[in-house]
Amino acid sequence: MYTDTNLGKTALYDLHLSHGAKMVPFGNYNMPVQYSDLSVGESHAWTREKCSLFDVGHMVQYHVDGPGAEAFLESVTPVGAGELEPGQGSLSALLHPKTGGIVDDCIITRLESGPKHLFYLVTNAGCRDKDYEFLCKAIENWDHTMNPVVHLRHLQYDGEPYGLIALQGPLAAEIMQNSLAKECKVDISRWYFGRAKHITLALPSGESLPIVASRGGYTGEDGFELSIHPSQTVAVTEALLNSAGKDKLRMAGLGARDSLRLEAGMCLYGHDLDDTTTPVEAGLSWIVPKHRRSLEGSGFNGAETIIPQLTTKAKGGTGVSRRRVGLVVEGAPAREGVEVLDAEGTVIGKVTSGCPSPTLKKNIAMAYVKDGSHKAGTELQVLVRGKKRKATVTKMPFVASKFWKGGITPG
Amino acid sequence: MNTKVPAAMLARSFTSWEKKYTQDHEWIELSSDGKTGTIGISTYAATALGDVVYVELPQIDTELGAGDALGAVESVKSASDILTPVSGKVVKVNEVLEETPATINKSPEGDGWIAQIEIADEGDMNGLMSASEYKDFTEKAEGD
Repeated sequence: MYTDTNLGKTALYDLHLSHGAKMVPFGNYNMPVQYSDLSVGESHAWTREKCSLFDVGHMVQYHVDGPGAEAFLESVTPVGAGELEPGQGSLSALLHPKTGGIVDDCIITRLESGPKHLFYLVTNAGCRDKDYEFLCKAIENWDHTMNPVVHLRHLQYDGEPYGLIALQGPLAAEIMQNSLAKECKVDISRWYFGRAKHITLALPSGESLPIVASRGGYTGEDGFELSIHPSQTVAVTEALLNSAGKDKLRMAGLGARDSLRLEAGMCLYGHDLDDTTTPVEAGLSWIVPKHRRSLEGSGFNGAETIIPQLTTKAKGGTGVSRRRVGLVVEGAPAREGVEVLDAEGTVIGKVTSGCPSPTLKKNIAMAYVKDGSHKAGTELQVLVRGKKRKATVTKMPFVASKFWKGGITPG
Repeated sequence: MNTKVPAAMLARSFTSWEKKYTQDHEWIELSSDGKTGTIGISTYAATALGDVVYVELPQIDTELGAGDALGAVESVKSASDILTPVSGKVVKVNEVLEETPATINKSPEGDGWIAQIEIADEGDMNGLMSASEYKDFTEKAEGD
């Protein structure tokens, strides 16, 4: 068992304390849940109105490379790795063989094309050991079938993991633009959601080392996630904070991160996704690209279960028996574990995440419900503290996303 | 004159001036006639909870035993039951909290009161902490 003394610390631990962070254990790390200057609700609002900086260095960063990297990733996830251009990334999921259950959700980004085929993979902190065991076992099996070589490496330098921070909010682009090193000629306005670039920032000591920055995040806001050389995680973070100033950029922790991602309809592994959930049940069918949806030749883990699920029973497939939905709940917030009932009072599902939405001032939740009860507008109920409360199936995201897709240039 | 004032009467007139606290961080303040108690959560609890976003109030006329859940207070991250220190019947609830739950954070021991109970058994008041005893109790909890 991990105790407080066994928990990991990211490179920003001291920085968090100096900003008055309240630390909590998460994914076997000591992470900030909030800072003394803002309550969780205020930090949430700040992120949607200005910009917040999150330390996500507890998450696990890998490089997957080698001539076999593309095919390997296509075997353990449904990603269309062959179709990813350099700098293009996608949400995906490591899948269990046969069942197609999700081992972990992840982001896969191609950094380089052949012959090296360098991919960047980010997975959840809470699944660190499980994912590593899964990937190592898969690579072991891979080699044994005489496929082209694939290498898996944790991103680290001299034993220190690379830092990972997220800049999220409407002011993120402006802050990024103003923080770039003068030598870095990146056009932020043409840097689209889902794309990664090598950038450098201006540090007091000069140009930073190259940073792999991906446009995207876990809040639904425009933003960037920065993968930083371990020797510069603190310097880069401080440079961003100083360049933007307190009126634009504040540090934010896990408290706000959770309410933000729920408003954005994003899953949290271990709550909304687990080893028994397939992407189809989870409403993530879109991570299986069209060209990988035939049973001939496809061969990603669990394809034999997942592909039939994409077609309803009526049309000759298996469909799914449960589906992840969004709920808006009246009265008391419905939190993880709360039972979902149909209008007649029969239990038809369970809430997997829930909280009061600071932006909408309504109670929102994610739940798995029986297939057939999942259509938007369906009136259901949840049982909170022994009382039934009205719950309406609602399309997610609950709060509209603001991913940068180029904006609209006035004609 | 040798009039002895009964201890119970002394105790009652003393407690009607000051709040008493529970180990679960509720406070109760008796009315001057000792018949009803106003209940809320302590400043310590409200600070620990953070922004209160929802308050579950009891129904009027609900009969409760000492230690029963009177309602609940929720923050963004968590929900906490509020337990009544005394047995009795709910006679009034603070409806302001339905519209403005943040009142609890502004004035947890004043305007943020939660409910009033008609006390069934005065004896339930024994064993509750005074303000200074509660302060020692919370300071000890911090130190652990």
